[in-house]
Amino acid sequence: MKLNRRTFFKVAGTAGAAALAPARTASAATSAEVLDAGRRGVLVDTTKCIGCRACEAACSETNRLSGPAMPDDAAVFGSLRKTDTTSFTVVNRVTPATPERFVKQQCMHCLEPACASACLARALDKTPMGPVVYHKDRCLGCRYCMVACPFDVPKYEYDKALPYVTKCTFCADRQAKGESPACTSVCPTGALTFGNRNELLDIARERLYAKGSPYVRHIYGENEVGGTSWMYITDIPIEKLGLPTDVGSYAYSSLTQASLAAVPFVLTLWPPLLMGIYSFSKRRDAVAAHGSDTQEEADHV
Amino acid sequence: MSSPTTAPTVPDATARNWASDKLFLGMSFWEYAKSLATPGNFLAGLIMAIGLPLLAYRFIFGLGAATNLSQTNPWGIWIGFDLLSGVALAAGGYTLATSVYIFGLEKYHAVVRPAVLTGFLGYLFAVLGLAADLGRPWNLPVPIVYSFGGPSVMFEIAWCVVLYLTVLFMEFLPPIFEWLGWPKARLWAVRMTIGLTVFGVMLSTLHQSSLGALFLMAPTKLHPLWYSPFIPAYFFISSIAAGLSMVIVESALSHRAFQHRADHHTDVDGIALGLARGASIVLFAYFFVKLQGIADGGRWALLSTPYGYWFLVEMLGFILLPSMLFAYGARHSHVRLVRWTAAWTVLGIVVNRLNVSVIAMNWNVPDRYIPSFMEVWISITLVTLGVSTFRWIVNRMPVLKAHPEYPESSSH
Repeated sequence: MKLNRRTFFKVAGTAGAAALAPARTASAATSAEVLDAGRRGVLVDTTKCIGCRACEAACSETNRLSGPAMPDDAAVFGSLRKTDTTSFTVVNRVTPATPERFVKQQCMHCLEPACASACLARALDKTPMGPVVYHKDRCLGCRYCMVACPFDVPKYEYDKALPYVTKCTFCADRQAKGESPACTSVCPTGALTFGNRNELLDIARERLYAKGSPYVRHIYGENEVGGTSWMYITDIPIEKLGLPTDVGSYAYSSLTQASLAAVPFVLTLWPPLLMGIYSFSKRRDAVAAHGSDTQEEADHV
Repeated sequence: MSSPTTAPTVPDATARNWASDKLFLGMSFWEYAKSLATPGNFLAGLIMAIGLPLLAYRFIFGLGAATNLSQTNPWGIWIGFDLLSGVALAAGGYTLATSVYIFGLEKYHAVVRPAVLTGFLGYLFAVLGLAADLGRPWNLPVPIVYSFGGPSVMFEIAWCVVLYLTVLFMEFLPPIFEWLGWPKARLWAVRMTIGLTVFGVMLSTLHQSSLGALFLMAPTKLHPLWYSPFIPAYFFISSIAAGLSMVIVESALSHRAFQHRADHHTDVDGIALGLARGASIVLFAYFFVKLQGIADGGRWALLSTPYGYWFLVEMLGFILLPSMLFAYGARHSHVRLVRWTAAWTVLGIVVNRLNVSVIAMNWNVPDRYIPSFMEVWISITLVTLGVSTFRWIVNRMPVLKAHPEYPESSSH
């Protein structure tokens, strides 16, 4: 029995409807903008940070956060703190003494953020100028961003009945008004430099390769996870910064690229394949029911 | 617990007869209510009497109060068990529909309807489990209606699951219409069978594999023995073994539990042996694809670590062993062995999904996750609800036996 017209149209219609599902690009939608020279960033020079935590205070004030607690330095620097729902940035002391080095942590605002390519509702979204922003009205609370982020930045309001994801905003609204992020605007020592990302890379290279430079010749964030807006230079081994060094230098969106690229193939190849098998099995049954004449005919087909 | 959805007021005799016939198994309401007092229903009622208030507690006081989830471990057993395992074990729907309607393997026709019903309820309660896990489940329509996260694997899954849940429901329309006595609607629903089956295979291929692809985004967090670029293939292939095993288990249990509702001419043993043959081959392929992942990633040395031993338990105990036992049981027509092996495989799939999402996840950080009592109880409640709904439907609709007016619906 042949695949009749009616069945064919039914299946073709099904396949067509599936193919009309919203088109997806395998790479993040922002990849063209990555090259945008207008992108902002921050250079963190850990040799200049004195651990005053003015940036923490400014962050909490701007974002109206209750944390972090501000006890004396000895208590704060006794352990390595993490950001949480009430403190979007923390400064940790990563070496005990000589040299005493502090590292500020916050969202890295990746150029191709894992969180944004993980988010099914574009609640986390990369803006062309740099900040990875959170549209809380779109968020389902699936917490896939937390699984995907290699820096463990997004934090969830588990204690609330109507919870949101929280993280550093790179002061996107301040930036939109032409101001610099709150933390960078209060840094008294020049440890935080806010500016054009490409120019920051030039500044970093100048410091790294100056004669007698004490710096380790690596700009953390230049290539990590495909590049980040926040970048670090230091004179202690990179592994001691408390930032993950096993994250690779590829954008995380590339990890699921092959999987997503397979979608159109499944949508277009499965229907004809399955319908072929279907018509074959139909014919096999018909031949089995009608005896040897048709059997011979079937063998020639 | 086969409780009716509503206790309708019955204004006249016709309505009373209809309710009695369709809802109360031919009894009056009071007779039916009395017939519900069985030990099984009591147990189910007890589980739900505790579980449903716990669910309310979770929504009133938040995830932090009800679960042991943390900033380090944002996903627990509601993802690993309810969603990932639930969806894998519901794969019998597309597996059996394809075998019968596309490949023309008529031998298995009698188990398609229970498989599709198991699939539908599996997805339905997986989605309900997900709704408990989501912080803002009322935003579920957002990625479907107006804010599309195109490059997200989760976006693809959301679309596929929504569509496939609809497909499974439509695939189950013929028995519903037979039950309601609507022959024209039934004919219309039956005509969609092939199209729905093909669409169901497409959607299942995509989301079963994509549930694995979710974890591709966590290369530094998932233990390297479980992390592999092939993880979407692992999830897809194992879902076929899960679906086949689940059908073996479910058909054995239903034909025992619903003797009065089942067709005694159905060759349950023969079907189990045939499915076992398929499951054996699929598990064998699954074993070798997983092995290739280890070879490809150069992970051999990790096998002699504690996580390596646990990985070997999964590989040898839950994949290779059942593959061998299925083959032996099918060859020697050892139905009991096949059924126990199927149950073991179902357990193995749950172990695998929990390994990927919970046990081998964040293996390298001190903050470990162990589910709270409430997480476990709510999961059990959802399973109980699923089983109860299955019972309610099987007791009323032609699932295990063809409707007398449509005998062909389970024979060809």
